[in-house]
Amino acid sequence: MKAKALSGAESVANAMRQIDPDVVPAYPITPQTDIMHAYAKFVADGVVSGELIRVESEHSAMSAAVGAGMAGARVMTATSANGLALMWEIVYIASSLRLPMCMAVVNRALSAPINIHCDHSDSMGCRDTGWMQMYAENNQESYENMIFGMKYAEKAKLPFMMCLDGFITSHGIEPVTLFEDEKVKAFLGEHKQDYPLLDVDNPTTVGPLDLFDYYFEHKRKQSEGMFLAKGIFLEVAKDFEATFGSKIDIFEKYHTDDADTVIVAMSSTCGTAKEVVDKLRVEGRKIGLLKLRLFRPFPSYELKEVLKGKKVIAVLDRCESFGAFGGPLFSEIRSALYEVSKPKICNYIYGLGGREIDMAMIESIFDEIEKYTTADIKDFVKYLGVRE
Amino acid sequence: MKEVTIIGRGGQGGKSAAAILAEAALENGHYIQSFSEYGAERQGAPVYAFCRIDEKPIRIHSSVTNPDVVAVIDPTLTAALPVTKGLSDEGILIVNTLETPQQIRDKLNFTKGKVFTVDATGISIDCFGRNIPNSPMLGAIEKAASLVTLEVLKNKISDKFLHKLGQEVVDKNVQAIERAFNEVKEG
Repeated sequence: MKAKALSGAESVANAMRQIDPDVVPAYPITPQTDIMHAYAKFVADGVVSGELIRVESEHSAMSAAVGAGMAGARVMTATSANGLALMWEIVYIASSLRLPMCMAVVNRALSAPINIHCDHSDSMGCRDTGWMQMYAENNQESYENMIFGMKYAEKAKLPFMMCLDGFITSHGIEPVTLFEDEKVKAFLGEHKQDYPLLDVDNPTTVGPLDLFDYYFEHKRKQSEGMFLAKGIFLEVAKDFEATFGSKIDIFEKYHTDDADTVIVAMSSTCGTAKEVVDKLRVEGRKIGLLKLRLFRPFPSYELKEVLKGKKVIAVLDRCESFGAFGGPLFSEIRSALYEVSKPKICNYIYGLGGREIDMAMIESIFDEIEKYTTADIKDFVKYLGVRE
Repeated sequence: MKEVTIIGRGGQGGKSAAAILAEAALENGHYIQSFSEYGAERQGAPVYAFCRIDEKPIRIHSSVTNPDVVAVIDPTLTAALPVTKGLSDEGILIVNTLETPQQIRDKLNFTKGKVFTVDATGISIDCFGRNIPNSPMLGAIEKAASLVTLEVLKNKISDKFLHKLGQEVVDKNVQAIERAFNEVKEG
């Protein structure tokens, strides 16, 4: 199909149109609102058959999503920043009920002070909630990840967050090639919820009291479910590629094989970083980028394999983890590498509240970490592009 | 890669103009990107909108700092903002104004590149009966920078507006684009 000029939000809404979920409970928040604008238009035009429930808050949106999902419906929603924060209580419940659903998170900074622009503090705050998470570099990936994520969620029996960068990708217009409607329908098939509440012949209790006698076992099983979801990722990715001819990977290796120094990053920044890698490769510098696409379940084994033997690694976090030793991505990657070759590894916190990240800034990281191949790292956690 | 910055005020359609330019370029077989700088959005506040056009996929996601083309939709902004900032020696500046290119050069102390002026506001009032200068600016940008073709630009306007706003609106927009294309002055 011919590429269309679509914003990231329109790309996500088009994935929703093709998936045509039964129920979409939603509450507006910048910069997510553009997704629901576009989706609501599909509802009003009658091109989708699902029900859009306009609730009174994000807490209600996630509550309605859980209710509809338990009843047996295929469910989707979308949110950003403080909206996700308000959902949090029910976000944790959705995953604990092993309830599949697909939610777009348009990454935006959390208040205070109020800021509508991109960083990853909202979805990173949900990293221990038991949701699977992918991060999209551009609009095409945002679109494909949504379709992939819906099926992945249903196969893994876990909820899925598809994260895209607020304004940068959500409001930026890029060429996007949509799949055929029928192919998306066939790829997803019918959703069959385990123990649906509407199955009145086989009544079940959902979310009962579960104290010190069995709560721990249930959490242990939930944890195992998330662990198994890694294998399911690869299965669904294979199916996705066979159907659409497009590759969904845990990560994208960009000139990493023979690189001595590597930047690890996620989302839209990776596009800019690729331009820097191309530029510096021409100068003969052995540098590369590892773009992580799947953050939960965390692919620690796979990262260990690909980063083994590198001399210096810089991890970019678009999020601050107050009081921790570095950002969330840094902590996880450093921990994953502890058992192996222990490359030198440092962290750059950048882009909070939409602060610009450009080619020169990424080049400055490569300049710096190349020095660490021989010199010692002085500061393990640095702040890039901030007035000190 | 060609990078275009459109500077206008909220409500003047700079964002739409950048998007239409990108869509026309996509139609023409190019890779594109279009985005705006969002602040506290309100009518009348300065708004920067951007468009990138290239022969290969565009991966960069940072802002445009060294545009090849700058189009100023609102004449008052040449005094309020550093509109020529980052513009290269071969850069193209297009301003919606009654003044001549030389007057703009003198005012902005801009000696390099190419400067174009067009009365987009006047054309807009003639064609639409009100001040919507973004359509004529697209015609002026096309004449000055040849980023797409006049034909593709007019077709894109037709695609976008025909269904929603009808033939009359399409015709007026096409007329505005053509007039600006023919009337823009270089100096």
